[in-house]
This record gives sequence, C-alpha cells and structure tokens, in this order.
Amino acid sequence: MASEKIIKNLLKASSVIILLIFAGMAYSMIKGAIPAFKEFGLFGFIFSTDWNPTEGNESYGALPFVAGTVITSLLALVICFPLAFSTSLFIAEYYRKTKIATMLSTLVDLLAGVPSIVYGLWGFYTIRPLIAELGYSGQGYGIFTSGLILAIMIIPYATSISNEIISMVPTELKEAAYSLGATRMEVIFNVILPNARSGLVAGYILALGRALGETMAVTMLIGNANIIPTGLFSPGNTMASVIANQFGEADGLKLSSLIAIGLLLFAVTAAVNAIGKVIIRKYA
Amino acid sequence: MNEQMLQVSNPILSIIDLSISYGEDKYAVKDVTADVKRNAITAIMGPSGCGKSTLLRAINRMHELYPNIHTKGGIKLNGDSIYEMSTTKLRRKIGMVFQRPNPFPTMSIYENVIAGYDLNGSKLKKSEKDEIVESSLTDVGLLDEVRDSLNKKGNFLSGGQQQRLCIARTLAFKPDVILMDEPTSALDPLSTAKIEDLLVELKEHYSIILVTHNMSQAARISDNAMFMYLGELVEYDKTKKMFTNPRDSRTEGYLTGKFG
Amino acid sequence: METKALIGEKDNSNWRELKNKLFFGTVVVLATLTISPILLIVYTLLSKGLKQINFDFFLKVAPDTLQAMTAVRNGEIIPGGIANGITGTLFMVLIASLMAIPVSIVIGIFLYENQGKKYANLIRSLTDILQGVPSVVLGLIAYIWIVQGVTKGFSALAGSVALAIMMLPLIIRSTEETMKMIPISIKEAGAALGVPYHKIILRVMIPSGFSGLMTGILLSISRVLGETAPLMLTTLGSTTVNFNITKPTSAVPLQIWEFYNNPNMIDLVWSSSLFLMAFVLTLNIIAKRISMRYS
Ligand SMILES: Nc1ncnc2c1ncn2[C@@H]1O[C@H](COP(=O)(O)OP(=O)(O)OP(=O)(O)O)[C@@H](O)[C@H]1O
Ligand SMILES: [Mg+2]
Repeated sequence: MASEKIIKNLLKASSVIILLIFAGMAYSMIKGAIPAFKEFGLFGFIFSTDWNPTEGNESYGALPFVAGTVITSLLALVICFPLAFSTSLFIAEYYRKTKIATMLSTLVDLLAGVPSIVYGLWGFYTIRPLIAELGYSGQGYGIFTSGLILAIMIIPYATSISNEIISMVPTELKEAAYSLGATRMEVIFNVILPNARSGLVAGYILALGRALGETMAVTMLIGNANIIPTGLFSPGNTMASVIANQFGEADGLKLSSLIAIGLLLFAVTAAVNAIGKVIIRKYA
Repeated sequence: MNEQMLQVSNPILSIIDLSISYGEDKYAVKDVTADVKRNAITAIMGPSGCGKSTLLRAINRMHELYPNIHTKGGIKLNGDSIYEMSTTKLRRKIGMVFQRPNPFPTMSIYENVIAGYDLNGSKLKKSEKDEIVESSLTDVGLLDEVRDSLNKKGNFLSGGQQQRLCIARTLAFKPDVILMDEPTSALDPLSTAKIEDLLVELKEHYSIILVTHNMSQAARISDNAMFMYLGELVEYDKTKKMFTNPRDSRTEGYLTGKFG
Repeated sequence: METKALIGEKDNSNWRELKNKLFFGTVVVLATLTISPILLIVYTLLSKGLKQINFDFFLKVAPDTLQAMTAVRNGEIIPGGIANGITGTLFMVLIASLMAIPVSIVIGIFLYENQGKKYANLIRSLTDILQGVPSVVLGLIAYIWIVQGVTKGFSALAGSVALAIMMLPLIIRSTEETMKMIPISIKEAGAALGVPYHKIILRVMIPSGFSGLMTGILLSISRVLGETAPLMLTTLGSTTVNFNITKPTSAVPLQIWEFYNNPNMIDLVWSSSLFLMAFVLTLNIIAKRISMRYS
C-alpha cells in the first residue's frame, strides 16, 4: 500500500534525528575544542596541570579535572557498593516480595528524584560541617565529601539493576545450596554472587557513568581547586564542575578549553555506558 | 499411633503429629504421624496439592525458607529431634534431590560434587576431595561418562546425567536419609529407568523417601508407601499391600485412576 | 560403597550460624543507612523551607538583595518569591516537550517496528548513549548551537533545547517498551480488517499504549525539572518573568543556585528547594499511579 510505504519512510526519516544530533554534537564540540588542542596539542592539553587564565600567559590543561573526576567517581563507587548491594539483598533476597521491601525500594527510587542541586545544598549544610568536624580538611570541602554525596546519588541506579539481577537467580539453585546445609550468607556468596556477577558489574559500571557526569552537587562540595587532588580530603575539581564553574566568564581560548573538557567527558561517559550496556545485553 | 498404619521397628525417622500451615489456618500437612523404615525406599503419593512436598521439605526443614510458615509437632532422626539441631548439621544428614536437575551452572562437575563441603567451609585436602568425588560419581554410575570432563561445567550433560550428578552431590556427604521430590518427572524413560535402578542400589546404604506421581514407579521400587489426601496421611503400608488391597476407599480411588 | 566414612572435620556450624547472623545484621544496618539520606533531606527541606511558603512565594518575583537584607535584619520572612523561576521552568519545559515528545514517540515506534534490524539497533544504541551524556555537556551543545548560533545571547530557547535533548532518549525507550507490551493480536485485528498502517498506529497502537506513553513523558519531565547545570550555560537567569524565547529566563533550580550564592537569601534556598522536590515527586507519583492503574 502506498500509504504504508510513506509512513514507514516517515518513521525512518525521524530516526535520522538521532544520527543528526550525534553528528552535530561531535562536530560542534570538536570544532569548539580545536583552538585549545591547536594551542596546547592534544596530549599537551590532556596531560597538562596548568590552569592559568592570565591574559597573555594563558595556559590550560585537563589533567587535574580528569584526575578529580576519576577519583571522586571511583570513591563514590567504593562507598556505594556496600550500601547498594546490601539494599538489593534486603529487597530482592531477604525480604523478597514483602511490604517492607516495596517500601524500601520506593524510598530508594525517591533518591533518584532528588535534583542534583538539592543534594549539593544538603551536602553543603549537613555533610560538609560534619567532615569539617573531623578536622582533616578546614571547611569540609573536598574529594571525600563529593565522593560521599555522589555515592548517595548513584545508589538508586546501582540498586535498580542489581535488584533485578539478584531476583533472577533461580530459586532451584538457592534451594540446592540450602539443602546441602549452606547458611543464607553462604548461599549469597556462593550461589547468588557468582550467578549474578556480570549483571552486577554492568549495574555498577552504569552507576559509574552517572557519577562521572554529575555536576552541581560536586561543584558545591569539592572546593573548586584546579589541582590534582593530594589526598582523600584534598580539594579538587572535576571535568563537569569546572565547566559549570568557569563557564560564566569564559571566551576565546578558555571557552575552547572548557569545550575540550566537555568533549573528553562526553567520550569517557559514552565509553563507560557502552561497556555497561554491552555487558547487560550479553549476560542479562 | 493409628493402629492401622504401618508399624516400623527401629525407624530412621519418626514423624510425630506434624502439622504445617502456610499463613492463616490453611494446613498443607495435618497431624501426620509415621515411622520411616531404615535402608528402604518409602514412597509418598497423592493428588497434586495434597502436601507431599511440604511434608518432604519439613524433614530437612527446607520448608522454613518460606515466610509465615507454622510448624506443630516434631520429627526425630535416629531418636534426636531435628528441631533441636542446627539446619546446617541436619541437612548434612538428610540430603535432598529436586524435581528438576539443578547442578550449579557456575561450577565444574568436580566442584558440583564437592559443593556441599565447599559451601560448608570445610577445608579438605585435595586427595580427600578426589576420593569423595570419585566414590560419589562411581556410586551414581557417572564416573566413566564424565571422567575426562571433570573440570568442565556440567551444562553439556543430559537431563538424566545432571540428575545423577545432583544425586552424587548429595551422596558426597554420606547422609542418613535422602529426600527426593519427583526426581524423574523431568526425565525421559531411559534416564528414569537408570535412576530407578540406582535408587534400588542405594537403599542398601541409605534410607530414601521418594515423592512420586508415577504409580508404577512407586510399585516397582518402593518398599513402603504413604498415601496423602488434603494434607492428611490416609494410608501407610507396605507398597505391595497398598497396591493389591488398599484399606481406604480414597487410596483405591487414586490408585485406580479415579482422581488425582 | 561404604557408609558414614565422615572425614575428621571440625564442627564449624556454630561459627557459621553466627557469621550468618552478623552478615544479616550488617545488611539491615547498611540498607537502613542507604535510605536515611532521603528521609534526612525531606526533613531538612520541610523544617527549614516551610516557613517561607505563602501566596507571595508563588506570585512574586525574587526580591533584590537590599530587600532581603532588611527583612533578615528585622527578623521578618524574606518578601517575594520565585514566580520568575516557576514561570520560566514551566515555559522552558513546555517548549522542550513540544520539541521532544512527538519526535520521540515516532522514533520509539520506529524502533518497535524494526526489532532486530541493524540500523534500528544502531539508533537504539545511540539513544542509550545519549541518555548517559552528562547534562552539563548537553548544556555546552545547546550553548554552541543556540546561544552562539541562533539567539546570539542566552535564551529560553537554548535552555529548552538542552532539556529536549535530555528528554528524547527517555521517551524513545519508554515508547518502545510500551509498544512491546501491547499484545500483537490487537495490532493484527486492525490489520485483518484492512485498516491502513498509519491508522493502526494512530487509532490502535497509541491509544492502547497511552498510559505507558504518559508515564514515560511525565517521568522524563520530572527528570529535567531539577536540572541546573545545563540551564546555567544556556538561559543564565532573569529577575523578571519572561516569556520571550530569545531572552534569558529564570528557572527554579537557577534561582536556588542564586539564593545559595547570596548569604541574605538563604531562607529562600530551602523553600524553593522544597517546592522543586515536591513538584518532581508529585510528577513521579502521578506517573507511577498512571502506570499502575492501567497495567
Ligand atoms: N509457598 C507456599 N505458600 C503458600 N501455600 C503453599 C506454598 N507451597 C505450597 N502451598 C500450598 O500447600 C498445599 C500443599 O502443597 P505441596 O506443594 O506440598 O503439594 P504437593 O502434594 O507437593 O503437590 P504437587 O503434587 O503438585 O507437587 C497446596 O494447597 C499449596 O497450594
Ligand atoms: Mg510437590
């Protein structure tokens, strides 16, 4: 039928929008970043620790921000794992299909609904003073504070996938282990974990992807120092937060450098997400 | 005890006034009392939903995995109450084989056989493990078939071979009792026949309780048989006697295919 | 066959039972710890934000620093509200929705109709990747495309474009998932009657999947409502109510950011955050209700 052909082509044409957005994004960002790459060289830019906006002496490098992003995100993952995994065990194993599990998972879902800036505020007024009390970092800003807030922010992403994966482990296998005298903990570590492993890994990789790009909360808590972090409580900056921070006054070479950082961030998150999705498609 | 039920001397298991309910008032097992004979195969029969699996799982306390379960009465293993033992110890003495073969897919055949020890955190020497694996696989007649693939995952095995692997996994503990819930219902006739032969061999050293829907299977291999109906133990007798001359009309109805 | 040749093992069952209990205790403690932030956040927002919420809060624009300072000094509540932010947020979300929703639904249907085909798989993968792109990067894109390229200055349009790109993948995937849940027989019934293809889509598929589509749309809106970073890069903010798409516009999250950076306005930070959270959560709850009611 003619009308059917037309509609099918229309559907196909609309999908081209996604291609255009991608191509456009790549084109615009590469074009915007080229002045910075030309000035400092691709590797020079990525591996330089300079961030000097003084006119005439301008010099920009991404390394402190790459380091800050990687360190805060990995720290977030480390903090997130025991919390999210315990929550998943609670919801999908210990209290599976009970009211209290539903309640808990609703509350965890709510965590995903909190805007980043509200996390930032809460972190600023509640967590930061507590960290300051510890006395490791003057006002409580820094890598640890940001990592902690990031961990809370990515928990819902990590749990929603691991809940599903854990509840998919066949009851028959768990029962086989119980019938051999295993305790519940032994069943968790010897049956559930090995069977759910790739799904769990994928879930945490996707959560990592989230953490890499989080902006506002980190901006408000990391201390915005353009240096490679020197320790757990050192201030620093991430790729996302330096863009948000420095964008207001930026033009010329500085703007180009920020766009270049955005391009790096885009590439890194896209790669991380792609890896996570591939693992999920393959094994789950 | 009901005079008409089978009397067993020196029983391996004694089930005493056992009642089990899932949640409110809904009894899946009602006032069951029975002694189970040593080194024999005891079959449990009855229509779907009559409580066979529930009764069987109560014997190694697997039924406690369900929430809201209520248990009244008791079970004794060699005279010791199983409710006063830890489940970890109890389940080493009372093994279980399931309806669908369920070897651990993440473990090799070797690891599957020794899984009970590994799960229980036993630290065995390699030679001890080898010995257990070899004797368990020999007992189920699987050793020759898998000798060259002990370190491979077991998913290439046929359903019947997988089920024998699961039996080997249970035998590795040298349990007193083996519980089997319809162990052949997912298998083809040839594999079923092999497992039936195996059970008859095994009863020399083990006491076996076998839930089955297959009446001819019960008639072929069991020594004693229970017939359950709506959670009650209606009849418990020597298998031959039950099949030739059932006492209760409900048993007769079931055995002659009128319901179930 | 020999029986009961139990090897001389140590009886470790008490220790294992204890470990089992300790592990369970740890799980419960950590799970409780996981949900405590949401409770603490809601508590903080309510206890600090509620007192500023009144009619003016919704009807007036933000005060200037002097007004706020005077009020704080006199111990009064800060006058004014976030009308410029609320209107700006609604305005930009509306435009973003107009741009994103129709296209996304069409692309979602395209993906559904072309399961397993290579090109559709490529589009699906790209959509997934787009969903993972940090919002601040989308802010940069909208800055380059719209602020530099079209409106030659910060504008509501640029903000809307950033939000629309965020909404696209969410609605596309939820449309596809919704369509997959509709029984094939419904579609075939239409085809058997000789109904033309576009009518099957418009009259059969979309209405039967309506609740799923609505849920996806509402969730995507609730996701972008709280976005701050992309708006900082694109619409900048404004002290007045603005409905001109080529002009800078305020938004609730932008106002929170401004209040946060202004020591005199700190009370307004909490009330506007409370409002934003309530807005997002309400949308979430409505979305969940719709999907539960009809599924
Ligand atoms: N986990 C459970 N929760 C609630 N009720 C259950 C549960 N398991 C079984 N029941 C109920 O208990 C009764 C006995 O079930 P059981 O599984 O013991 O029967 P069965 O004789 O093994 O049946 P089948 O031959 O179908 O395996 C049934 O009425 C069943 O609905
Ligand atoms: Mg059963």
